[in-house]
Amino acid sequence: MNITITLFAQMIAFIALVWLVNRYMWAPLSAMMEARQKRIADGLAAAEKGQHEQQLAEKRAKETLVEAKNQSSEIIAQAQKRASEMVEEAKGNARVEGERILNGAKAEIDREVNQAREALRAQVADVAMAAAGKVIKREINADAHSDLLNDLAKQI
Amino acid sequence: MSEAAANSSGGGTVEYIQHHLTNLCVGSGCETGGFMSWHIDTIVISALLGALIVFTGMRVTRNMATDVPGGFQNFVESILEFVQGSVKDSFPGENKLIAPLALTIFVWVWLMNFMDLIPVDLLPLIAGWFGIHYLKAVPTTDLNTTLAMALTVFILTIFYNIKVKGLGGYLKMFLFHPFGKFAVPANIVMTAIEEVAKPLSLGLRLFGNMFAGELVFMLIALLGGAAAIGAGLLIWFPLQVVLDVAWLIFHILVITLQAFIFMVLTIVYLGMAHTTDH
Repeated sequence: MNITITLFAQMIAFIALVWLVNRYMWAPLSAMMEARQKRIADGLAAAEKGQHEQQLAEKRAKETLVEAKNQSSEIIAQAQKRASEMVEEAKGNARVEGERILNGAKAEIDREVNQAREALRAQVADVAMAAAGKVIKREINADAHSDLLNDLAKQI
Repeated sequence: MSEAAANSSGGGTVEYIQHHLTNLCVGSGCETGGFMSWHIDTIVISALLGALIVFTGMRVTRNMATDVPGGFQNFVESILEFVQGSVKDSFPGENKLIAPLALTIFVWVWLMNFMDLIPVDLLPLIAGWFGIHYLKAVPTTDLNTTLAMALTVFILTIFYNIKVKGLGGYLKMFLFHPFGKFAVPANIVMTAIEEVAKPLSLGLRLFGNMFAGELVFMLIALLGGAAAIGAGLLIWFPLQVVLDVAWLIFHILVITLQAFIFMVLTIVYLGMAHTTDH
Protein backbone atom coordinates (compact mmCIF):
# COMPACT_ATOMS: atom_id res chain seq x y z
CA MET A 1 0.00 0.00 0.00
CA ASN A 2 3.06 2.18 -0.04
CA ILE A 3 3.99 4.52 -2.82
CA THR A 4 6.96 2.88 -4.42
CA ILE A 5 8.93 2.79 -7.63
CA THR A 6 5.97 0.85 -9.01
CA LEU A 7 4.20 4.20 -9.34
CA PHE A 8 6.66 5.31 -11.99
CA ALA A 9 6.61 1.94 -13.68
CA GLN A 10 2.84 2.21 -13.91
CA MET A 11 3.05 5.77 -15.22
CA ILE A 12 5.37 4.66 -17.99
CA ALA A 13 3.11 1.69 -18.72
CA PHE A 14 0.10 3.99 -18.82
CA ILE A 15 1.71 6.46 -21.22
CA ALA A 16 2.94 3.64 -23.44
CA LEU A 17 -0.51 2.10 -23.44
CA VAL A 18 -2.16 5.38 -24.41
CA TRP A 19 0.24 5.65 -27.31
CA LEU A 20 -0.32 2.04 -28.35
CA VAL A 21 -4.09 2.30 -28.08
CA ASN A 22 -4.02 5.41 -30.19
CA ARG A 23 -1.73 3.80 -32.75
CA TYR A 24 -3.42 0.41 -33.07
CA MET A 25 -7.03 0.94 -32.06
CA TRP A 26 -8.28 4.49 -31.93
CA ALA A 27 -6.70 5.99 -35.02
CA PRO A 28 -7.58 3.27 -37.56
CA LEU A 29 -11.01 2.60 -36.13
CA SER A 30 -12.08 6.20 -35.86
CA ALA A 31 -10.73 6.92 -39.35
CA MET A 32 -12.73 3.98 -40.67
CA MET A 33 -15.84 5.11 -38.83
CA GLU A 34 -15.46 8.62 -40.17
CA ALA A 35 -15.11 7.22 -43.68
CA ARG A 36 -18.25 5.19 -43.12
CA GLN A 37 -20.11 8.24 -41.86
CA LYS A 38 -19.10 10.10 -44.96
CA ARG A 39 -20.19 7.22 -47.17
CA ILE A 40 -23.57 7.05 -45.51
CA ALA A 41 -24.04 10.80 -45.83
CA ASP A 42 -23.04 10.62 -49.49
CA GLY A 43 -25.42 7.74 -50.07
CA LEU A 44 -28.30 9.61 -48.47
CA ALA A 45 -27.55 12.70 -50.51
CA ALA A 46 -27.44 10.61 -53.69
CA ALA A 47 -30.73 8.96 -52.79
CA GLU A 48 -32.33 12.34 -52.23
CA LYS A 49 -30.97 13.59 -55.52
CA GLY A 50 -32.29 10.49 -57.26
CA GLN A 51 -35.70 10.99 -55.74
CA HIS A 52 -35.75 14.58 -56.87
CA GLU A 53 -34.74 13.55 -60.36
CA GLN A 54 -37.43 10.92 -60.40
CA GLN A 55 -40.02 13.50 -59.47
CA LEU A 56 -38.80 15.71 -62.27
CA ALA A 57 -38.94 12.81 -64.71
CA GLU A 58 -42.46 11.96 -63.61
CA LYS A 59 -43.53 15.51 -64.14
CA ARG A 60 -41.92 15.56 -67.55
CA ALA A 61 -43.58 12.27 -68.47
CA LYS A 62 -46.94 13.66 -67.46
CA GLU A 63 -46.40 16.73 -69.59
CA THR A 64 -45.36 14.62 -72.54
CA LEU A 65 -48.41 12.44 -72.11
CA VAL A 66 -50.75 15.42 -72.09
CA GLU A 67 -49.03 16.84 -75.14
CA ALA A 68 -49.32 13.53 -76.94
CA LYS A 69 -53.01 13.31 -76.12
CA ASN A 70 -53.61 16.79 -77.44
CA GLN A 71 -51.67 16.04 -80.55
CA SER A 72 -53.48 12.80 -81.19
CA SER A 73 -56.90 14.36 -80.79
CA GLU A 74 -55.84 17.09 -83.15
CA ILE A 75 -54.70 14.50 -85.64
CA ILE A 76 -57.96 12.61 -85.30
CA ALA A 77 -59.97 15.79 -85.85
CA GLN A 78 -57.93 16.60 -88.90
CA ALA A 79 -58.37 13.11 -90.25
CA GLN A 80 -62.12 13.27 -89.74
CA LYS A 81 -62.24 16.58 -91.50
CA ARG A 82 -60.18 15.23 -94.33
CA ALA A 83 -62.38 12.14 -94.56
CA SER A 84 -65.56 14.18 -94.83
CA GLU A 85 -63.86 16.38 -97.36
CA MET A 86 -62.93 13.34 -99.38
CA VAL A 87 -66.45 12.05 -99.18
CA GLU A 88 -67.78 15.39 -100.38
CA GLU A 89 -65.26 15.47 -103.19
CA ALA A 90 -66.12 11.94 -104.21
CA LYS A 91 -69.79 12.83 -104.17
CA GLY A 92 -69.17 15.84 -106.40
CA ASN A 93 -67.08 13.80 -108.77
CA ALA A 94 -69.71 11.14 -108.95
CA ARG A 95 -72.38 13.66 -109.70
CA VAL A 96 -70.32 15.25 -112.45
CA GLU A 97 -69.48 11.87 -113.91
CA GLY A 98 -73.08 10.79 -113.76
CA GLU A 99 -74.19 13.90 -115.55
CA ARG A 100 -71.48 13.40 -118.13
CA ILE A 101 -72.60 9.82 -118.72
CA LEU A 102 -76.21 10.89 -118.82
CA ASN A 103 -75.43 13.62 -121.33
CA GLY A 104 -73.45 11.17 -123.45
CA ALA A 105 -76.32 8.77 -123.38
CA LYS A 106 -78.76 11.49 -124.30
CA ALA A 107 -76.58 12.62 -127.18
CA GLU A 108 -76.29 9.04 -128.38
CA ILE A 109 -80.01 8.64 -128.21
CA ASP A 110 -80.51 11.84 -130.20
CA ARG A 111 -78.03 10.72 -132.77
CA GLU A 112 -79.67 7.34 -133.05
CA VAL A 113 -83.05 8.95 -133.34
CA ASN A 114 -81.82 11.26 -136.08
CA GLN A 115 -80.20 8.39 -137.88
CA ALA A 116 -83.36 6.39 -137.66
CA ARG A 117 -85.30 9.44 -138.82
CA GLU A 118 -83.00 9.88 -141.81
CA ALA A 119 -83.24 6.23 -142.66
CA LEU A 120 -86.98 6.36 -142.30
CA ARG A 121 -87.14 9.51 -144.35
CA ALA A 122 -85.18 7.82 -147.11
CA GLN A 123 -87.41 4.79 -147.08
CA VAL A 124 -90.74 6.61 -146.60
CA ALA A 125 -90.74 8.05 -150.14
CA ASP A 126 -90.16 4.64 -151.64
CA VAL A 127 -92.83 3.02 -149.47
CA ALA A 128 -95.29 5.81 -150.19
CA MET A 129 -94.47 5.59 -153.78
CA ALA A 130 -95.00 1.85 -153.79
CA ALA A 131 -98.23 2.14 -151.89
CA ALA A 132 -99.49 4.99 -153.95
CA GLY A 133 -98.37 3.30 -157.12
CA LYS A 134 -100.33 0.25 -156.16
CA VAL A 135 -103.44 2.32 -155.35
CA ILE A 136 -103.35 4.64 -158.23
CA LYS A 137 -101.24 2.66 -160.60
CA ARG A 138 -102.23 4.33 -163.57
CA GLU A 139 -103.18 7.79 -162.71
CA ILE A 140 -100.02 8.85 -161.00
CA ASN A 141 -96.73 9.07 -162.75
CA ALA A 142 -93.79 8.82 -160.55
CA ASP A 143 -91.90 11.36 -162.48
CA ALA A 144 -94.73 13.86 -162.65
CA HIS A 145 -95.41 13.78 -158.92
CA SER A 146 -91.94 13.34 -157.60
CA ASP A 147 -91.86 16.93 -156.30
CA LEU A 148 -94.95 16.35 -154.26
CA LEU A 149 -93.64 13.12 -152.85
CA ASN A 150 -90.34 14.61 -151.88
CA ASP A 151 -92.13 17.43 -150.01
CA LEU A 152 -94.12 14.83 -148.20
CA ALA A 153 -91.08 12.87 -147.29
CA LYS A 154 -89.42 15.99 -145.88
CA GLN A 155 -92.32 16.70 -143.68
CA ILE A 156 -92.08 13.44 -141.91
CA MET B 1 -12.51 -20.39 -2.02
CA SER B 2 -13.71 -21.75 1.25
CA GLU B 3 -11.03 -24.41 1.24
CA ALA B 4 -8.20 -21.93 1.19
CA ALA B 5 -10.01 -19.85 3.71
CA ALA B 6 -10.41 -22.84 5.94
CA ASN B 7 -6.73 -23.62 5.67
CA SER B 8 -5.64 -20.18 6.65
CA SER B 9 -8.32 -19.66 9.25
CA GLY B 10 -6.09 -21.55 11.64
CA GLY B 11 -3.71 -18.64 11.41
CA GLY B 12 -6.52 -16.18 11.88
CA THR B 13 -8.59 -14.09 9.57
CA VAL B 14 -6.30 -11.09 9.93
CA GLU B 15 -3.40 -13.05 8.57
CA TYR B 16 -5.52 -14.32 5.70
CA ILE B 17 -6.51 -10.83 4.69
CA GLN B 18 -3.04 -9.42 5.12
CA HIS B 19 -1.64 -12.22 3.05
CA HIS B 20 -4.05 -11.36 0.29
CA LEU B 21 -3.23 -7.70 0.44
CA THR B 22 0.50 -8.16 0.10
CA ASN B 23 1.98 -7.57 -3.28
CA LEU B 24 4.50 -9.84 -4.88
CA CYS B 25 7.43 -7.59 -4.23
CA VAL B 26 10.96 -7.43 -5.54
CA GLY B 27 13.50 -4.86 -4.43
CA SER B 28 15.44 -3.58 -1.49
CA GLY B 29 12.54 -1.72 0.06
CA CYS B 30 10.17 -4.65 0.31
CA GLU B 31 10.81 -5.62 3.93
CA THR B 32 10.96 -2.12 5.29
CA GLY B 33 8.24 -0.60 3.15
CA GLY B 34 10.85 1.52 1.42
CA PHE B 35 10.65 3.20 -1.96
CA MET B 36 12.66 0.75 -4.03
CA SER B 37 10.14 -2.06 -4.21
CA TRP B 38 8.71 -3.31 -7.45
CA HIS B 39 5.20 -4.72 -7.22
CA ILE B 40 5.66 -7.40 -9.82
CA ASP B 41 2.06 -8.66 -9.71
CA THR B 42 0.64 -5.19 -10.28
CA ILE B 43 3.03 -4.43 -13.11
CA VAL B 44 2.71 -7.79 -14.87
CA ILE B 45 -1.07 -8.08 -14.66
CA SER B 46 -1.71 -4.50 -15.75
CA ALA B 47 0.77 -4.90 -18.58
CA LEU B 48 -0.91 -8.12 -19.67
CA LEU B 49 -4.30 -6.42 -19.65
CA GLY B 50 -2.84 -3.51 -21.63
CA ALA B 51 -1.41 -5.97 -24.12
CA LEU B 52 -4.83 -7.56 -24.38
CA ILE B 53 -6.31 -4.20 -25.34
CA VAL B 54 -3.64 -3.55 -27.96
CA PHE B 55 -3.94 -7.07 -29.31
CA THR B 56 -7.71 -6.70 -29.56
CA GLY B 57 -7.26 -3.39 -31.35
CA MET B 58 -4.84 -4.92 -33.83
CA ARG B 59 -7.09 -7.88 -34.45
CA VAL B 60 -10.15 -5.74 -35.04
CA THR B 61 -8.41 -3.23 -37.27
CA ARG B 62 -6.56 -5.84 -39.32
CA ASN B 63 -9.69 -7.10 -41.02
CA MET B 64 -12.25 -4.46 -40.29
CA ALA B 65 -15.23 -3.98 -42.53
CA THR B 66 -16.30 -0.48 -43.45
CA ASP B 67 -19.70 -1.45 -44.72
CA VAL B 68 -21.08 -4.25 -42.58
CA PRO B 69 -19.19 -4.66 -39.31
CA GLY B 70 -19.29 -8.08 -37.72
CA GLY B 71 -20.24 -8.93 -34.17
CA PHE B 72 -16.97 -8.26 -32.40
CA GLN B 73 -16.18 -5.18 -34.43
CA ASN B 74 -19.61 -3.87 -33.51
CA PHE B 75 -18.82 -4.37 -29.86
CA VAL B 76 -15.50 -2.51 -30.11
CA GLU B 77 -17.13 0.22 -32.17
CA SER B 78 -19.87 0.70 -29.62
CA ILE B 79 -17.26 1.19 -26.87
CA LEU B 80 -15.46 3.64 -29.11
CA GLU B 81 -18.64 5.55 -29.81
CA PHE B 82 -19.52 5.61 -26.12
CA VAL B 83 -16.13 7.14 -25.28
CA GLN B 84 -16.39 9.51 -28.22
CA GLY B 85 -19.81 10.63 -26.99
CA SER B 86 -18.48 11.25 -23.50
CA VAL B 87 -15.61 13.30 -24.88
CA LYS B 88 -17.95 15.31 -27.07
CA ASP B 89 -20.28 15.96 -24.16
CA SER B 90 -17.73 17.23 -21.68
CA PHE B 91 -14.71 18.40 -23.63
CA PRO B 92 -15.05 21.87 -25.13
CA GLY B 93 -11.95 22.17 -27.29
CA GLU B 94 -10.30 20.18 -30.01
CA ASN B 95 -7.55 17.83 -28.94
CA LYS B 96 -6.58 14.62 -30.65
CA LEU B 97 -5.09 13.18 -27.48
CA ILE B 98 -8.22 13.28 -25.33
CA ALA B 99 -10.26 10.56 -27.00
CA PRO B 100 -7.52 7.87 -27.10
CA LEU B 101 -6.59 8.81 -23.54
CA ALA B 102 -10.18 8.47 -22.38
CA LEU B 103 -10.57 5.19 -24.25
CA THR B 104 -7.41 3.79 -22.71
CA ILE B 105 -8.46 4.82 -19.22
CA PHE B 106 -11.95 3.42 -19.56
CA VAL B 107 -10.98 0.06 -21.02
CA TRP B 108 -7.81 -0.44 -19.02
CA VAL B 109 -9.34 0.54 -15.70
CA TRP B 110 -12.36 -1.60 -16.42
CA LEU B 111 -10.22 -4.62 -17.22
CA MET B 112 -8.06 -4.11 -14.13
CA ASN B 113 -11.17 -3.72 -12.01
CA PHE B 114 -12.56 -6.82 -13.63
CA MET B 115 -9.79 -8.87 -12.03
CA ASP B 116 -11.75 -8.24 -8.85
CA LEU B 117 -14.55 -10.48 -10.11
CA ILE B 118 -12.28 -13.49 -10.38
CA PRO B 119 -12.65 -15.49 -7.16
CA VAL B 120 -10.24 -14.00 -4.63
CA ASP B 121 -8.39 -17.20 -3.92
CA LEU B 122 -8.23 -18.61 -7.42
CA LEU B 123 -5.31 -16.66 -8.87
CA PRO B 124 -3.20 -16.81 -5.66
CA LEU B 125 -3.87 -20.55 -5.54
CA ILE B 126 -2.70 -21.04 -9.13
CA ALA B 127 0.28 -18.80 -8.49
CA GLY B 128 1.03 -20.87 -5.40
CA TRP B 129 1.44 -23.97 -7.56
CA PHE B 130 4.24 -22.16 -9.38
CA GLY B 131 5.93 -21.13 -6.15
CA ILE B 132 4.61 -17.58 -6.00
CA HIS B 133 3.29 -17.05 -2.53
CA TYR B 134 2.03 -13.52 -2.70
CA LEU B 135 -0.30 -12.28 -5.40
CA LYS B 136 -2.58 -9.30 -5.39
CA ALA B 137 -4.50 -9.88 -8.57
CA VAL B 138 -6.29 -6.55 -8.93
CA PRO B 139 -3.87 -3.83 -10.08
CA THR B 140 -6.32 -1.08 -9.13
CA THR B 141 -6.19 -2.16 -5.49
CA ASP B 142 -2.59 -1.04 -5.61
CA LEU B 143 -2.39 2.67 -4.89
CA ASN B 144 0.57 2.91 -7.25
CA THR B 145 -1.53 2.09 -10.29
CA THR B 146 -4.37 4.51 -9.61
CA LEU B 147 -2.06 7.32 -8.56
CA ALA B 148 0.13 6.70 -11.60
CA MET B 149 -2.82 7.35 -13.89
CA ALA B 150 -4.03 10.26 -11.78
CA LEU B 151 -0.56 11.82 -11.79
CA THR B 152 -0.22 11.40 -15.54
CA VAL B 153 -3.56 13.14 -15.96
CA PHE B 154 -2.41 15.82 -13.50
CA ILE B 155 0.78 16.43 -15.48
CA LEU B 156 -1.25 16.64 -18.69
CA THR B 157 -3.60 19.11 -16.98
CA ILE B 158 -0.71 21.37 -15.99
CA PHE B 159 0.82 21.04 -19.45
CA TYR B 160 -2.37 22.05 -21.23
CA ASN B 161 -3.14 24.77 -18.69
CA ILE B 162 0.18 26.38 -19.50
CA LYS B 163 -0.15 25.68 -23.21
CA VAL B 164 -3.64 27.15 -23.54
CA LYS B 165 -3.57 29.94 -20.96
CA GLY B 166 0.12 30.66 -21.10
CA LEU B 167 2.36 30.50 -18.06
CA GLY B 168 1.18 33.95 -16.94
CA GLY B 169 -2.45 33.00 -17.33
CA TYR B 170 -1.94 29.85 -15.32
CA LEU B 171 -0.19 31.72 -12.50
CA LYS B 172 -2.90 34.37 -12.59
CA MET B 173 -5.42 31.62 -11.94
CA PHE B 174 -3.55 30.84 -8.73
CA LEU B 175 -3.37 34.49 -7.74
CA PHE B 176 -6.87 35.77 -8.47
CA HIS B 177 -9.06 32.74 -8.12
CA PRO B 178 -11.51 32.24 -6.42
CA PHE B 179 -11.67 35.40 -4.24
CA GLY B 180 -10.50 38.14 -6.58
CA LYS B 181 -7.40 40.30 -6.35
CA PHE B 182 -7.75 41.42 -2.73
CA ALA B 183 -7.12 38.02 -1.23
CA VAL B 184 -4.07 36.82 -3.10
CA PRO B 185 -2.53 34.66 -0.34
CA ALA B 186 -5.81 32.91 0.31
CA ASN B 187 -6.27 32.45 -3.40
CA ILE B 188 -2.92 30.74 -3.77
CA VAL B 189 -3.70 28.31 -0.96
CA MET B 190 -7.22 27.62 -2.17
CA THR B 191 -6.30 27.06 -5.80
CA ALA B 192 -3.31 24.91 -4.86
CA ILE B 193 -5.51 22.72 -2.69
CA GLU B 194 -8.11 22.54 -5.44
CA GLU B 195 -5.56 21.56 -8.05
CA VAL B 196 -3.82 18.98 -5.88
CA ALA B 197 -7.14 17.55 -4.75
CA LYS B 198 -8.02 16.70 -8.33
CA PRO B 199 -5.44 13.95 -8.96
CA LEU B 200 -5.54 12.80 -5.37
CA SER B 201 -9.29 12.33 -5.35
CA LEU B 202 -9.10 10.76 -8.80
CA GLY B 203 -6.57 8.15 -7.72
CA LEU B 204 -7.85 7.58 -4.22
CA ARG B 205 -11.47 7.17 -5.28
CA LEU B 206 -10.67 4.33 -7.61
CA PHE B 207 -8.24 2.78 -5.17
CA GLY B 208 -10.67 3.04 -2.27
CA ASN B 209 -13.56 1.55 -4.15
CA MET B 210 -11.57 -1.36 -5.49
CA PHE B 211 -9.78 -1.99 -2.22
CA ALA B 212 -13.01 -2.02 -0.29
CA GLY B 213 -14.65 -4.25 -2.87
CA GLU B 214 -11.78 -6.70 -2.70
CA LEU B 215 -11.94 -6.65 1.07
CA VAL B 216 -15.64 -7.45 1.05
CA PHE B 217 -14.97 -10.38 -1.29
CA MET B 218 -12.37 -11.63 1.19
CA LEU B 219 -14.72 -11.27 4.14
CA ILE B 220 -17.37 -13.19 2.25
CA ALA B 221 -14.80 -15.83 1.41
CA LEU B 222 -13.99 -16.06 5.12
CA LEU B 223 -17.58 -16.88 6.09
CA GLY B 224 -17.41 -20.53 5.19
CA GLY B 225 -13.92 -20.84 6.57
CA ALA B 226 -14.76 -19.27 9.90
CA ALA B 227 -17.31 -21.96 10.58
CA ALA B 228 -14.62 -24.55 9.88
CA ILE B 229 -15.90 -28.10 9.85
CA GLY B 230 -19.15 -28.81 11.58
CA ALA B 231 -22.85 -28.27 11.46
CA GLY B 232 -22.29 -24.51 11.09
CA LEU B 233 -20.94 -25.09 7.60
CA LEU B 234 -24.44 -26.04 6.45
CA ILE B 235 -25.61 -22.53 7.26
CA TRP B 236 -22.48 -20.54 6.48
CA PHE B 237 -21.55 -22.09 3.19
CA PRO B 238 -24.88 -21.35 1.40
CA LEU B 239 -24.84 -17.89 2.93
CA GLN B 240 -21.36 -17.36 1.56
CA VAL B 241 -22.45 -18.40 -1.93
CA VAL B 242 -25.52 -16.15 -1.88
CA LEU B 243 -23.57 -13.16 -0.58
CA ASP B 244 -20.78 -13.77 -3.03
CA VAL B 245 -23.15 -13.80 -6.00
CA ALA B 246 -24.98 -10.71 -4.75
CA TRP B 247 -21.77 -8.76 -4.21
CA LEU B 248 -20.44 -10.00 -7.55
CA ILE B 249 -23.46 -8.67 -9.41
CA PHE B 250 -23.30 -5.40 -7.54
CA HIS B 251 -19.58 -5.19 -8.17
CA ILE B 252 -20.02 -5.46 -11.93
CA LEU B 253 -21.86 -2.16 -11.64
CA VAL B 254 -19.16 -0.71 -9.38
CA ILE B 255 -16.22 -1.54 -11.61
CA THR B 256 -17.95 -0.11 -14.65
CA LEU B 257 -19.02 2.98 -12.77
CA GLN B 258 -15.54 3.57 -11.38
CA ALA B 259 -13.93 3.18 -14.80
CA PHE B 260 -16.51 5.57 -16.22
CA ILE B 261 -16.00 8.13 -13.43
CA PHE B 262 -12.24 8.03 -13.88
CA MET B 263 -12.65 8.60 -17.61
CA VAL B 264 -15.20 11.39 -17.31
CA LEU B 265 -13.23 13.24 -14.62
CA THR B 266 -10.11 13.01 -16.76
CA ILE B 267 -12.01 14.54 -19.66
CA VAL B 268 -13.49 17.22 -17.42
CA TYR B 269 -10.14 18.17 -15.83
CA LEU B 270 -8.46 18.39 -19.21
CA GLY B 271 -11.46 20.30 -20.53
CA MET B 272 -11.06 22.80 -17.69
CA ALA B 273 -7.43 23.16 -18.65
CA HIS B 274 -8.51 24.04 -22.17
CA THR B 275 -10.95 26.79 -21.25
CA THR B 276 -9.22 30.13 -21.00
CA ASP B 277 -12.10 31.81 -19.22
CA HIS B 278 -11.79 30.17 -15.86
